[in-house]
Amino acid sequence: MFLKFSITKTIHDWLFELMPAGVAGVVEMILIAVVYLLIFAVAGLYLVLLERRVAAWFQLRLGPNRVGYQGLLQTMADALKLVSKELTGTEKADKFLYNLAPYFVIVTSLMALSVFPFSEEFQAFDINIGIFFLTAISSIGVIGILLGGWSSNNKFALIGAMRSGVQTISYELSVGLSLLTMVLLTESLQLSEIVAVQKNGWLIVQGHIPAVIAFVIFMIAGTAETNRAPFDLVEAESELGAGFHTEYSGMKFAYFFLAEFINMFIIAAIGTTVFFGAWLSPFGITDSIPWLGVFWFLGKTLLLVFLMMWFRWTFPRLRVDQLLRLEWKYLLPINLFNLVFMAGLIWLGLTIKF
Amino acid sequence: MSYVSEIFKGLNTLLTGMKVTGNYFLHARKGAITQQYPDNRDTLKMFERFRGEVVMPHDENNEHQCTGCQKCELACPNGSIEIIWDRGIDEATGKKKKKIDRHIYHLGMCTMCGLCIEACPTDAIVWAPNFENSVFDRTQLTKVLNQPGSKVKAGIED
Repeated sequence: MFLKFSITKTIHDWLFELMPAGVAGVVEMILIAVVYLLIFAVAGLYLVLLERRVAAWFQLRLGPNRVGYQGLLQTMADALKLVSKELTGTEKADKFLYNLAPYFVIVTSLMALSVFPFSEEFQAFDINIGIFFLTAISSIGVIGILLGGWSSNNKFALIGAMRSGVQTISYELSVGLSLLTMVLLTESLQLSEIVAVQKNGWLIVQGHIPAVIAFVIFMIAGTAETNRAPFDLVEAESELGAGFHTEYSGMKFAYFFLAEFINMFIIAAIGTTVFFGAWLSPFGITDSIPWLGVFWFLGKTLLLVFLMMWFRWTFPRLRVDQLLRLEWKYLLPINLFNLVFMAGLIWLGLTIKF
Repeated sequence: MSYVSEIFKGLNTLLTGMKVTGNYFLHARKGAITQQYPDNRDTLKMFERFRGEVVMPHDENNEHQCTGCQKCELACPNGSIEIIWDRGIDEATGKKKKKIDRHIYHLGMCTMCGLCIEACPTDAIVWAPNFENSVFDRTQLTKVLNQPGSKVKAGIED
C-alpha cells in the first residue's frame, strides 16, 4: 500500500527535526486525526444548520436565526443539549451491538473523509485504490444501520434497517458503475491522479454526453445511498417513527444524525473529485495560489450538497417497490449501456481535451 | 420505445418541480411568511380569518347590535356564553321588550368553533384578532362583552 502524508511539508519537516522518527510519525498521525475529527465535527454541525436554513427557504420560512448571528451557533447549542441527555435504551436490547452500531456508522464516514484531496497538499491518505476504497467504506456504514435496527428490539427499527439494507445494496451498484465509467477516462483509481488527469479539462467536460449521464445517475444513487428524501424509506417519519434510530437518544442519536450529514458531504465530495476536478479552479484562474484549492473544493462540494437538498425538498418520496424498480429497471441498464458508450468514445478518441 | 420516452418525460417532470421550488428558494428572503413575534409585536397584524376571541363591537354612541335572542347561548357546544337578560319598556312603542343586561363570555372554556358567530342573526358578535390572551388569574378570562351603559341600536330588530 502506498502511504503519503502531505499536509503541508513544513510541519512534517519541523516535527521530524524535533524528535526521533518513530515518535514524530505517531505525533503526526495524532495531529492529522485531530484535524480530521475537527473537520468532521464542524462540517457535520454546519451542514445540519445549512440544511435547516435551506429547507426553510424552500418552504418560504426563515429558519433558525436566533442563537448567534443568523443562527450560526444553533447546531452547537443542539449538540450541547444532546450531550446532556440521558442515554436510554430498550430493556431486551442486545446491549453490545446496540452500543456498537453508532460507532460503525461514524467511523466509516470518518474513514471515507480522510482520502479526499482538499487541495494539492491537503490530503491525508492518498491510497492507490482511492475510489474503490471510498465505495467500499461507504457501504460498510449500512452494517451500523442494520445492527442498530436489529439490536434495538423494536419492530419499526427493524423494518427501517431492513429497508436500508435493500436500498444501499441496490444503489451501491449504480454508484460503483457510474464511477467506473469515469475511471475509464482517468485510467487510475488514485484520487490524486484522477485530479491530475483533469488538468486538461474537468471529466464532465472531457467525457461530455456519457459523463453527464453518469453524473445524473451518480447523484440519484448517491442521494439514495445517504438515505435522504426522496429515498428516506429508512427513517420514514410518517410510517416508522424514526426508523432504525427510534430507540437511540442523546449522543448516540447525534452520532447517527451527524454521520448522515457527513455521508451527504462525502457523496458530494466524491462527485466533486470525479466529475468537477476537485481543487482545480475553473480555467486555471487561481493556479498560482495553491491554498485556494481548499476554497474551490469546498465551493463545488457545497454546490452539490445544495443540489441534494434541493432534491430533498422538491421530490415526493418513493415506495419500496418503486425504489427497486428505479434501480433495477432504469438506472442499472442505462449505466451498463453508458459504460459501453464511454468505452467506445475513448476507443474512437472522441473525448474533449484542452 | 416507450421506455426511453418515459425516462425523458420523468426527467422533464423532475426539472419542472425543481424549477418551482428553486423559485421559492430565491424569493424566500422577501416573501417569508414567518413572523418573528416578540420582535415585531408593535407592527404584527394577524390575518383576517384569525380566531382570537369573540367580541361585541360598539359604535360611537355606545350602542351594540345584540337583541338578547340567546341564539348564541344555545349554539355554544360547551356553555361558554351566558346571557343575563331583563325586560324593559321600549321608549318608541311603550311595550315591554327583551334586552340584555350582561353578555358573559368565558374565554377559558371557548374552543373557537365559531358556531355562536354563525348563529347570530344580527351580527352582534364577531371574531377579534387578539392573540395575547394569557393572564395570571383564570377569573380574568370571564369577560362581559357589552360595555356598561350600552343599549341596543335602534331598528336592528325590524
